[in-house]
Amino acid sequence: MPRCDYSCGTSDHRVSRRAFLGAAGTAAALGSAGFASSAAASELARTQKRVLVIFLAGGVSQLETWDPKPGTDTGGPFRAIPTTVPGTQICELLPYTAKQAHRLAIIRGVNSASDDHGIGEKIMLTGRKPEAGIEYPQLGAVAARLLATDAASLPAHIQILPSGGSGFGKGDAAFLGPKYASVSLGDGKPPADLLRPAGLTNDADSAREGFRKKLNDRFAKSRKSAATEAYSESFTQAERVVKQGEVFDVTKEDPKIADRYGRHDFGRHLLLARRLLEAGVTYVKVSHSNYDTHHENFDFHIEQLGEFDRPFATLLDDLSERGMLESTLVVVMSEFGRTPKINHLYGRDHWSKAWSVALAGCGIKGGALIGKTNANGTAVTEREVNGGHLFHTYLTAVGLDSTRNFRPNDRPVPIADPNASAIKEVLA
Amino acid sequence: MFPSLTRTSLLGGKGLNPNPSPRGEGLVRVQIQTQSIMPFPFLNLPPSGPAPSKARLESELKHPHPLIGCRFDPTGRFLFVSSEDNTIQRFDLLTGKKTALIGHSSWVRGMAFVDSPAQGASELEAWQQRRDGLQSIAGFGSSTLPLPRPTPFVLISGDYHGNLIWWLGDVETPIPYRTIEAHRGWVRAVAVSPDKQIVASCGNDNAIRLWKASDGSALRVFEGHSSHVYNIAFYPDGTRLASCDLKGNVKDWNLETGSCDRDLDAKALHKYDTGFMADIGGARAMEFSADGTKLACAGITNVSNAFAGVGNPAVVLFDWKEGKPKLLKTKDAFQGTAWGVAFHPAGFIIAGGGGNGGGIWFWKGDDLASVRMLAVAASVRDLSLARDGSRFAAAGANGSAFVYTFAPGPAPAAKAPTPKK
Repeated sequence: MPRCDYSCGTSDHRVSRRAFLGAAGTAAALGSAGFASSAAASELARTQKRVLVIFLAGGVSQLETWDPKPGTDTGGPFRAIPTTVPGTQICELLPYTAKQAHRLAIIRGVNSASDDHGIGEKIMLTGRKPEAGIEYPQLGAVAARLLATDAASLPAHIQILPSGGSGFGKGDAAFLGPKYASVSLGDGKPPADLLRPAGLTNDADSAREGFRKKLNDRFAKSRKSAATEAYSESFTQAERVVKQGEVFDVTKEDPKIADRYGRHDFGRHLLLARRLLEAGVTYVKVSHSNYDTHHENFDFHIEQLGEFDRPFATLLDDLSERGMLESTLVVVMSEFGRTPKINHLYGRDHWSKAWSVALAGCGIKGGALIGKTNANGTAVTEREVNGGHLFHTYLTAVGLDSTRNFRPNDRPVPIADPNASAIKEVLA
Repeated sequence: MFPSLTRTSLLGGKGLNPNPSPRGEGLVRVQIQTQSIMPFPFLNLPPSGPAPSKARLESELKHPHPLIGCRFDPTGRFLFVSSEDNTIQRFDLLTGKKTALIGHSSWVRGMAFVDSPAQGASELEAWQQRRDGLQSIAGFGSSTLPLPRPTPFVLISGDYHGNLIWWLGDVETPIPYRTIEAHRGWVRAVAVSPDKQIVASCGNDNAIRLWKASDGSALRVFEGHSSHVYNIAFYPDGTRLASCDLKGNVKDWNLETGSCDRDLDAKALHKYDTGFMADIGGARAMEFSADGTKLACAGITNVSNAFAGVGNPAVVLFDWKEGKPKLLKTKDAFQGTAWGVAFHPAGFIIAGGGGNGGGIWFWKGDDLASVRMLAVAASVRDLSLARDGSRFAAAGANGSAFVYTFAPGPAPAAKAPTPKK
């Protein structure tokens, strides 16, 4: 079976300060230009919608989270517990999340059709099965393209990885171009050299920047073009990023808030995500590793969900308290679920045929429970959906028309899979 | 040394049993030849005594759901197995009868007994001698002899919902007569003190809890572990208790003072897998040698992929006085975890485990590498050695309990004479 390789941390994935700042500036400078409808883009710019994806890497077990089956041959040892939504039960490993159920829509009928890590992730993040001849942009790139505002000074598409260094997911924007690709923050740390070196004084930095501008202006007098304009703009935007460097530093947060998120990596990463969203980043993806539990599934889900549960519940509270939840779509997904059948190692293997995704926030009907699986969770019996339905739903929830087209090279490419549609029962 | 236990004392005195008639009393007359599924090998042990080389599979007892744990009762007549269907199944090795113990609503891994250790085996032995005498006079299968009434004992089992349940283990249909909400989260192991007065349990609330065996009242809590407590074992003289947590920290608790007097290192059984960002480890089984000189902790070592179970079964063997560990490994290449360990009275160590198949390993003397491996037809999830050392059993992930004996097997069938042309 495929071995997970979630973050290699090699030098190839490290990013320089120049590249990081350049990407930030370029993405912001281009904003929502190029959208098929400029009117729609203007409308979106006013609403400031954001997306947060929490990606439970490796494939979280739906039976140990959103669709427990206690007392069956596949149920495992855990209880189902009541939630704040009458009649909806989730696994006992999520006691804090259970108190947030009124904010969640749980989709129990996901059949994403691939048990391969890489393909499964692609389906869940692009809403499409891989096709020969075309790569589709991931949700983060689409959100950055369609939701980011001109005023944004931070990269619109950021992913926080559990470990490793910083980098660019240059392929995840596909035909939208690298300016919408993800900027990765390994272990939630800002890119190296983001902040001005301690030995460089403010005056020296200003003098250096003044000299650069002088040369730049002289060059622009004779060779001004769209490219040089964008290049110049990137420096302006980069300056804004540097000025906002503190947004990456969770130690600036109120310690009481940090305590609520939990003093561990995932708590810190979710807190950073909230800070980034609050600072105007359009799309943040936080990966939590790891759930690929072919062996001792139950022990490892205790450990991993024990780390997930409270920070996630805190995040929803925190977003709500800041008035951000109604404009922030929160998605909890994996590349697939896990087999209902428990193997001889007390493990669960890959299972894409019947699993669950949870949503909250912007455009989502809290407390909704959509779809159903059979008694022991092996198959969807009601309202089956796939990655395409989910992708439409995410975009619709943040106010986008997911049936429209991108036009790379003047060729229409549907934003989302035209063979699927939004799950209307989930939408507020 | 051991107080003589009666049914009343096992129940904790008059009036403590909420189910006054859960037992099936009286003798049942049965035809021995049709009911007895196997002889009791403690009466038929080889003259030279049990040895690793003599272990052989005696029977396979089947259940339709994967097994989790197994324990022989103190007399060796019954084998109790726990299953993923939340039941405990009792196999009567004399009759072959299988009885379900219904009461847990989650998986059971911890099982221990309160009994009078001296009386049960001798009664069975006397019965077997009477039966053999009758058969020698009247021929095998021709006599009827009432089965011996099982010696009273109490089973205490712990489940993954944190509950401990007390059962009358010997009655016709055991039912729970006491249930205690013992731990927050899983109960991972249960042990009974040598004097049968104290029940100890441990689990995912990082605590060890002591209970009065007779009435289930709470006696004491040992706190100090910073991760799930995987196993516990009473020191043979009853003055101490050892515990081991997920991270391989072993604590030596003084039962009189309640203090942890020593920390021992079984970290060879722990790994933080940086790739998957999770801990794997713990003593999946734990036992003192009868003379108290050694403590064995079984688990997995050399882990390279926690989420696929890539590692090797191992036993950390402590010199208890010195606190020094040594690592017993399997001589044969095997990928998996050791889930059970026992000191055989004859002086060797047995461990059972599973992963890419199932295995049972034997270590002798000071050897660090096993001297023999028995391949098992399923991944082994627990191992139990009968108190007299005559048998051991392995709980299989395929639902089978594999019962092994050291007694000689049946003689090979005589070769049929070649027919004349």
